[in-house]
Amino acid sequence: MKLLEVKNVVKQFSGHRALDGVSLDIPENTVYGLLGPNGAGKTTLIRIINCITAPDSGEVFLNGKRLTAEDVRHIGYLPEERGLYKKMKVGEQALYLAQLKGMTKQEALMALKYWFEKFEIQYWWNKKIEELSKGMAQKVQFITTILHKPKLLIFDEPFSGFDPVNADLLKREILALKDGGATIIFSTHNMSSVEELCDNISLIDKSKIVLQGNVAEIRAAHATGTYRVVTKTNLHADSFDVQSEKETHHGFEYVLKSRAGESNNVLLGSLMTQSELFSFEEVLPTMNDIFIETVTTKPKQS
Amino acid sequence: MSKIALIINREYTTRVMKPSFIILTFLTPVLIAGMIMVPLLLAQIKDNTEKKIVVIDQTGLYQNVFADNESFKFELIDQSIESFRTSKDKESYDAVLFIPQDLSLNPKAATLFSEEQVGLELKSYVSGLLKDYIEERKLAELNIPDFKELVEKTKVSIDVKTVRWGKDGEEKMGSAELAVIIGMISAFVIYIFIVVYGAQVMSGVVQEKTSRIVEVIISSVKPFQLMMGKIIGIAMVGLTQFALWVILSVVLVTALTTAFGTTLDIEAYQQAHTMGVSAVNLPFDDQDGVVSELLIALQNFDFVQTGVLFVLFFLGGYLLYASLFAAVGSAVDNETDTQQFSLPLTLPIVFAIYAAIYSAENPDGPLAFWCSMIPFTSPIVMMVRLPFGVPAWQLALSLGILILSFIGSTWVAGKIYRTGILMYGKKITWKEMMKWVFYKG
Repeated sequence: MKLLEVKNVVKQFSGHRALDGVSLDIPENTVYGLLGPNGAGKTTLIRIINCITAPDSGEVFLNGKRLTAEDVRHIGYLPEERGLYKKMKVGEQALYLAQLKGMTKQEALMALKYWFEKFEIQYWWNKKIEELSKGMAQKVQFITTILHKPKLLIFDEPFSGFDPVNADLLKREILALKDGGATIIFSTHNMSSVEELCDNISLIDKSKIVLQGNVAEIRAAHATGTYRVVTKTNLHADSFDVQSEKETHHGFEYVLKSRAGESNNVLLGSLMTQSELFSFEEVLPTMNDIFIETVTTKPKQS
Repeated sequence: MSKIALIINREYTTRVMKPSFIILTFLTPVLIAGMIMVPLLLAQIKDNTEKKIVVIDQTGLYQNVFADNESFKFELIDQSIESFRTSKDKESYDAVLFIPQDLSLNPKAATLFSEEQVGLELKSYVSGLLKDYIEERKLAELNIPDFKELVEKTKVSIDVKTVRWGKDGEEKMGSAELAVIIGMISAFVIYIFIVVYGAQVMSGVVQEKTSRIVEVIISSVKPFQLMMGKIIGIAMVGLTQFALWVILSVVLVTALTTAFGTTLDIEAYQQAHTMGVSAVNLPFDDQDGVVSELLIALQNFDFVQTGVLFVLFFLGGYLLYASLFAAVGSAVDNETDTQQFSLPLTLPIVFAIYAAIYSAENPDGPLAFWCSMIPFTSPIVMMVRLPFGVPAWQLALSLGILILSFIGSTWVAGKIYRTGILMYGKKITWKEMMKWVFYKG
């Protein structure tokens, strides 16, 4: 079930083309990653989905219907440049934004209490935003974004400015939101978060989508036939190449590369004839490797 | 609460709770009272060092003219000016008055010598004494019996009263001076409010734009609601400040007059004035009845009408300008860029204040009339004309034009705002802004 559909969107700014024929489908109740180097056009795409800018051509559909400014009310949006009133107190501000989103004061207070306790930031309530650090303000803004339980959430660079502990907290919350039925789109440079969180991704480079699809499938498609193997005795390379070899007190650790697209079981079989196996693991390329490879070389697929 | 009410509430409370607002609101009436009181108090503290003046009168005619007072002590000496100039005695005197000739023949003959520049007070005191003495002597030379008494009798002081007739022929004691004062004060207050609160609207819009708050808010409210919420919220801040100033001033004046033990019994003044007696014990010198007349005029002044019209013209003028300021704020990328676009907006306001000053001299002249009809100047110029009496049709026409104009300007501003507030990194021109007005959607 497609929740959001972007069709052939083009956006031209004076001097350069920010988006050039971008299309993507976002299934309901999944986490979708928008990846790409700086200036690739991710934020422009997010702003088009939020109706902040209009595309020059192309269309966006929500639930099969053309996206209108009204629909944006059901989107929770965390912009990259955090938008909060610096001089306002945290609590007042969160309450104000929640009420603008249509929550009653009571509902908003209840929900805020829950989230402030969960993030352990109750004592910030009477502080002004300008007294908070960037990461702290971001936590507040994250809460105001998800408070009214929108079905579609869009986070622009949600991890920038967070320390590893808080980044982890944020990842858990994003997964919890997905479990709660929400659909989440986020843009990031943080590739490890992509592997942990995303079901599908689009990699945008120079205004075009250069790689798109399911994360597991992409990684499998980029598999190089590399394996990490631990054995009891020495191996002798006949149907594979040994890339590295190391003797430990457990046994022998190898990184192997299979020849000519053998299936895992064929390789496993030939290894078992040589030695007792302690562990066998296919090494898939990380999203980081795929990202760098795709962006620095010619696109393989689109 | 509806969304626009929420926005108004936020704009209002965050501003009213600011320490700067509270201090300014409560301090201004005190400062104004202080500005009136301090010079009065200072004037009472005189320079009490006595100045010694030597008089060298070569004619011998003016021996008895120079009476000492608390500031100046005169001493006649019989010495030539040359020898005195070089003598040691001159150290102990502050100034030397030298009279070489009969002043009735040569009025410019007298000279004051001193090391430090002689104060104006001494100069006018000395010339006053000499003038009176010589005038008297010349009169005496005419040799007319009882002439002095006759001259006294011919001295008159003319004071033209200004009385306005109401529609029903009822007399209203007015005062042109009072009309100018009240008119100018209310014009200046409107001017300051438009400039100050208009600028607040603009910087508020710029702030929301640059901090990208607007991107979040725009998903829940319409741009027009956001703009109007800000404009109305800030207008209410202005009205609150104005109301507090009026209340505080009244309280302060009452407190001060009670403290000085001079309750201004206007009834008594009025009676005394109409009876031609100025014998009421005024706390100050009121020779020609000017003060009592002002007080009567003040009492007859229609404060309710002026107050209501003040609020109407303030709101009209403010809404007109504030919406345009909001449009400018939405079109630029940062605070420094606002200057080139706000100049065309501030020019008519500054022009209006000049027009108001000239209109005070001729409140029914063509400049006053046209400037009180043009919506960009009318809120300020009309305030000056108001105390002189403005025909009802002119008031209605002026207000009508103003209301239509601000509806128009808010509409245009709303269109510019809607596009501008989400536009970044584009150099904006007036032409570009006009194009936004006619965007569909």
